[in-house]
Amino acid sequence: MLSLHDLGVIRSLEVEGNRVRVGVTPTYSGCPATEVIKGSIAQALRSSGFEPVEVFDVLSPAWSSADLTAEGRAKLEAYGIAPPEEPVHSVRALTGGRPRHCPQCRSADVECISEFGSTPCKALYRCRSCREPFDYFKCL
Amino acid sequence: MSEALPAQAQMTAGGAIGASSLAPDADRAKYVLRLADTSLIVAQQLGAWIGQAPALEEDLGLANIALDLLGQGRLLLAYAGELEGRGRDEDALAFLREPSEFVNVSLAEQPNGDFADTVMRQLLLDAWQIELFEALERSRDERLGQIAAKAVKETRYHLRYSGGWVVRLGDGTAESHERTQQALQRLWPYTAELFDADPLEEALAAAGIGPHPAALAAGWRARLQEVLAEATLILPPPASFRWYGKRGEHNEHLGHLLAEMQILQRTYPGAKW
Repeated sequence: MLSLHDLGVIRSLEVEGNRVRVGVTPTYSGCPATEVIKGSIAQALRSSGFEPVEVFDVLSPAWSSADLTAEGRAKLEAYGIAPPEEPVHSVRALTGGRPRHCPQCRSADVECISEFGSTPCKALYRCRSCREPFDYFKCL
Repeated sequence: MSEALPAQAQMTAGGAIGASSLAPDADRAKYVLRLADTSLIVAQQLGAWIGQAPALEEDLGLANIALDLLGQGRLLLAYAGELEGRGRDEDALAFLREPSEFVNVSLAEQPNGDFADTVMRQLLLDAWQIELFEALERSRDERLGQIAAKAVKETRYHLRYSGGWVVRLGDGTAESHERTQQALQRLWPYTAELFDADPLEEALAAAGIGPHPAALAAGWRARLQEVLAEATLILPPPASFRWYGKRGEHNEHLGHLLAEMQILQRTYPGAKW
C-alpha cells in the first residue's frame, strides 16, 4: 500500500500537545482524490486522539513526480503501475518521460496507448512482449 | 523556458515590495476572474465530449484535461472571490453569475464543433496558457504565482495532447487536413483578443501582477508554428475582426453552455451532493 508520505504530498506537520496542523499539496490541481486524502488524514489523526486537527493546502512548491519516495516508486511497480522514469525536476521529463519497462514482465518493448489514463496522474501503456496493458505514473 | 519577455523584465524591475503596494484588490479580482472563467468554460466544453469522443482514449484524454482546467478554475475562482470581498465563493461565482458577468476570452466559448475544431481550439489555448502561466509564475502576487506554477506543468501536458492531434489530423487524409485547416480559419479571429491589452491589463502589467498581453504573442506564435509546420497547416493572415469576451462581450454560445452548467444550482439553490 502506497502511503501519503510515499506519494510525497505531505508538506508540513506541526504538533503542539494534542493540536496538529498538516500541510498537504495536491498532485494535480483538479485531482478529485485531494478532498478524500485530506478527509482521511483528519479522520486518522482524530481517531488517534489529536484535537483540534487542521489540514490545509500547500500549493508551492508545486508537487512533482520527483517527490515520490524510492519506496513509493518500488511499491507502485510491485502493484503493476510503472513509476515515472527518472526523479528529475525538468520540463524535458514531462514531454519525454516514458516507462523504463513493463511492470509485469520487465520487457522494455512498450507502447503508449493513451497520454491519459484512469486518473490525472497516469497514462495508459501496453507491453508488446506480454501483451498486457498497464498504467504509467506520469512525470510532472 | 527562458525566453526574455518584456513583461517579465517589467515585473521584476521594481525589486521587493510589500503586499500593500500591489494593485487594488478590485482590479486583481477582475483580472483573476478572467483567468478563472477561461479555465472553467474550457473545462465545461471538454466535459461535453465525455461519452461521445471518437475513442475511449480520447474520452479519457479530454476528461483529464477538463479536470485539470476545472481544478485551476476553482483555485482561481476562490481567490477572485476573496479579493472581491463580497462573500462570493467559487460556487457562487461559477453557478450564480449571468452570461454578461463572465469574462472568459471568446476563444474559450467557441463551440466544440467536430473533433478538429475542439483540438484546434485546445491547441490555440494551451499554447497561450503556457506563455501566460510562465509569466504569472513571476507575478508580484504570490498566490497567483503559486497557482500558475502548478497550472503550467499541467498545461504543457495538454499541449502535448492537442498538438499531437492537430499533427495527426493536419498531416492525415485530404479530408482531415481540409477540416483541420478550416477549424484554424474559423477560430483564428478569436485569437486577437489574447494579445490586445485593455486598461485593466495595462495597469496590472505596470504593477507587476500580470504580463502585458502583447508580450505573450511571440512565444505563442512560435509554439503554434512548430505544431502547424509538422501538421502541414498554414497560419492564416491577421484578422481585423475583434471580439472581447474578457470584457463581458459574449455571443449566444456562452448562454447555452451556462444554462446547462448552472441549471441545478439555479433550480435548487444551495443543493449539495
